[in-house]
Formats: sequence, C-alpha cells, structure tokens
Amino acid sequence: MTAQITATGAAIQGRLEPCDLAFEPGTVTMLVGPNGAGKTSLLHALAGLPVATGEICIGGEEIAKFSPGRRLRYLSFLGASRAINWPLLARDYVALGLPAGAPRESVDTVLQSLDAEGFADRRLDQLSTGERSRVMIARALAPSALALLLDEPCANLDPQWQLTILERLGAEAAGGATVILSIHDLELARHYGDRIIVIDGGHIVEDGPPDVALSADNLGSVFGVARKNDHWTRV
Amino acid sequence: MRPFFYLLFVLIVSGLAIASLTVPLHSLPDLFASDPDLAWVVVTELRMPRALLALFYGAVLGASGAAIQALFANPLASPDITGATGGAALGAVFVAYIIGFASPFGIALGGVVGAGVALVLLLLLAGPRAETATLLLAGIAISAITGAGTALALALAPSPFAFYDAYAWLMGSLVDRSLPQLAFAAIPALGAIAYFARCAPALDRLALGEDVAESMGYDVVSLRRNIVIATAIGVGAAVSVCGAVGFIGLVGPVIARRLTAGHPGRAILPAALIGSVLLLAADIAVRFAPPDRSVPIGVLTALIGAPFFLWLVARMRWSIRP
Repeated sequence: MTAQITATGAAIQGRLEPCDLAFEPGTVTMLVGPNGAGKTSLLHALAGLPVATGEICIGGEEIAKFSPGRRLRYLSFLGASRAINWPLLARDYVALGLPAGAPRESVDTVLQSLDAEGFADRRLDQLSTGERSRVMIARALAPSALALLLDEPCANLDPQWQLTILERLGAEAAGGATVILSIHDLELARHYGDRIIVIDGGHIVEDGPPDVALSADNLGSVFGVARKNDHWTRV
Repeated sequence: MRPFFYLLFVLIVSGLAIASLTVPLHSLPDLFASDPDLAWVVVTELRMPRALLALFYGAVLGASGAAIQALFANPLASPDITGATGGAALGAVFVAYIIGFASPFGIALGGVVGAGVALVLLLLLAGPRAETATLLLAGIAISAITGAGTALALALAPSPFAFYDAYAWLMGSLVDRSLPQLAFAAIPALGAIAYFARCAPALDRLALGEDVAESMGYDVVSLRRNIVIATAIGVGAAVSVCGAVGFIGLVGPVIARRLTAGHPGRAILPAALIGSVLLLAADIAVRFAPPDRSVPIGVLTALIGAPFFLWLVARMRWSIRP
C-alpha cells in the first residue's frame, strides 16, 4: 500500500508561513535550509503536531481524525532531539513505535538491519550518542509506516552510518514509502534526494529536483556558500 | 504480579482479623460464636472500612505516583508535587478549627476544597500549554505555601487539644473511618485509577519524547492537565479523609516498574497494587504499637520510605536502573 501526503495551509505561527505541498509515494524529499529556517517546523506541521495549523492528509484521509493506533501505521516521525526521556532498554524503546498487535519480530529485524542487535538489551542511557541515534531511527522504521518524517536522521552518525541510513531510507521509498527528512549536508541531499525543498525564514524559497533547488544562486542567497573546486567556500 | 495479589489477599484478611497487640487473634472468631451481631458490626463498621481505605488510598497513591513520574519523566516525582496533598491538609485543618474534629465530613469537604483551590492555582500558574517544568515548579511553590499555611494554623491552634487533634490528623490515620467516609475516598480514587490506566499507552509513548507522542496522535497538553486534575481529585479526596501519607506514591511505582521492564505507563496498575500492599502492611504494622500508644501511619511510611528514597537516589547517582 502506498499513499500520497498532502498539506494544505500547513503553518506554525511565527515559525512557518502557510504552505501547500504534495509528496508522492516512492520519493525521498530533503528539507534543507540554514539553522532556524523552519525545517523542523515543516516536519512538525506535516506530522500533524497540535502546534501546527492546516490540514494534513495521507492517502486522502485527514490524519487529525486517525486514532493513535491507526496513525502509527500511516505516519512515523523522528524528532530532532536525541535526549532520553526515560531510560528504557533499546529493544523496548523500538517496540513502542509499533501499533498494538504488530508482530514483535519486526523489532529484531529492524535492529539487525541497523546492526544494533548487539546493544538491543542495553538501556538507552548506556549507549553512545550514535548508537542511541540508530535505535531512535530503528523505532521510526519499525512500524513500516506509509510516511516517514525524519528530523536530521544523519545527526550524530559517522560518515559510513550516514550513508547507510540514507541508502536504507532510499530502499524504504523504493518499497513505496513517502520519505521526507531534514538534512544539513547539501552534498548528501543532492545525491540521495529525489526532490529538495529549500526553506529560509519560515517560507519555502525553492522546491524541485536537486540541481534546480541547489543551484549556485540558491546556495549563495540562502546559505551564503558556494561550491568551488570540490569544497565549500563563503560568499 | 501474582505474589503481590496473594500478599494483598493475606493483608486484607489480616487487616480484618488483627485488632491490636493487646487483642488476641482468636477474639474475633470467639465473638462470632458468642455475639454474631456485634462481631458483624466490628467487621463491617470498624475493620472493613479501615482495610478498604488502606486498599484504595494505597492504590491511588501508587497509580497517581506512577502517572506523575511518567508525565514528568522523573522517577523521583510523587503525587505531592501537584500541591493537592498540601492543599487538602491545609483545607481540612482550617475547617477543623472552625467546626471541630467531631465532624469528619466537614473536614473531608474542607480537604477537597483545599485540594481544589491548590489545583486551580496550579493550572492557572501552568498556563494553557501546561509545560512540564512550569507545572513542576508551580506544584513545588504551592506545596511550600500550603505547608507554611498548615504550620501557621498549627502554631495558632485555639487550644492544645485542637493542636493535638490537627497534628494527629495530619500524620495520617485510617482508624475509626465510616463506610460513607470510605465511599468519599474510594470513589474518586477508583475514578482516578481508571483514568490513569486508560492513559498508560500514551504515557509509555511519552517516553519517546513529547513531539513523537504528539505525532502518534496523543494530545500531550490534555494528558498533562488531566493527569494533574485526576491526581488532585483522587489523592485530595483520600487525604481529606485519612490525612497525608507520604512516600507510597514514590516507592510503589519504583517497585512496579521492576515488573514492567521499566515501562512508565504499563507500571500504573502494578503500582496501584503495590501501593495497596504497602499501605495495608503499614496499617497492620501500626497496630503493634505499645499499649496506650499510637504510631501515625504517615510517620511509619515515612520512616520506611525515606531510607528507600535515599537508596534510590544513591542508585541513580551511580547510574543503576531507576
């Protein structure tokens, strides 16, 4: 099953101006922008957090009307924070991402796929920040939701794991999921994104394929950088 | 879990059978043989309300403690931080000075009004978003104010007798409570426990972070506000009838989470069970006070609970399971 995500008038007062967006299944959309641009706010709005206004639909159905159990099958969200609210075992933490009645085997499967089974029975507060990040990503992947909304999934990960996670998210999209994530590494965004949304000052300044969205003009005006001789320079 | 159910059953039966150190165990069967009507009155009007009060008061303390700890993501939080306990105690003492301790229902109503005022103050201070830190700080401030108010009321007691009555009541007691008083405490307690149990999945998901829980469709703002309200009503009503009993709301959930692999929400019903067991055990223990002396139940729970609390802090300090 696949589903389109549509946002109508999605906004957060003072942080994100109203926007209308549609995301097709099978695609990876990267949200890029400077710090404080509104990437997290857009993800919050798309995830239907109460702080946001507007209408978010998945497969034509408004998610605000879903029960929590049903919502877990449609949408999975990874927040930007890697802080530990409660020191659960990694395995139990991942299992909390599953809807009631879902097979527990999917917890082991997703932990194995992220090479995290070795610390699955350790508490989150006993893990390194990178290991904890992988467990949190595993929690988001575990329910195999139709829509994956991830706030900086590559944060705190070494280069190899950043690539592994982005490849995994690409595979999820290839399997029919709609993947939307925020990222700071513009080269990774260009390489792994099917579509890039550039946000600045709470509004969308560009939305399109990587080469268009990350044009030299946009890099200069939004990020204040340029790509010269395979490295970044200030403009 | 099953051993705790057995223990609960044994403690309820013991609570009905044991009167005090000076009354032999066989006195109740003897009384049933010689005067069944009187024996029935002793069981239904003296010992059963006491045992059931311990059952429900302990349960609401345990369950609300588990809910509050899950809500504040803090294993050292207790229902007292809603300010309801302090508000109820102040309200009850205030009313007792006006109408005297001979009117238990007046005192209970005073307690409920006190808890309600503390709750309204807390919600006003916390604001519409009812952020966790604001709720916590407002609760601490209200507890401090009500504590000071109660101390002032004691200092200004109209007579030494009034002082002693108020002091004894504040220390907590389940003795000589009637069936209507039991109902006054038990019905709000049961309502609060049922609400907490319904919130268990949301409280478990809150362990993933507020934004993640909200993305899953849980209304975290309402959850925070309603849990504080349910705690204030459930615990406030029980405090109004029995006085303040500390530490069970702190210790019960910590033990309960050992049974639920640390899950904060799933620990709510086990915490209610363990709270009941602890308060029933404490209530039986106070019956073994020397003749003509009484040990307030709140003092006993504090004597046992405070070292446990310190042990818990020490374990957390050394980063072992909370």
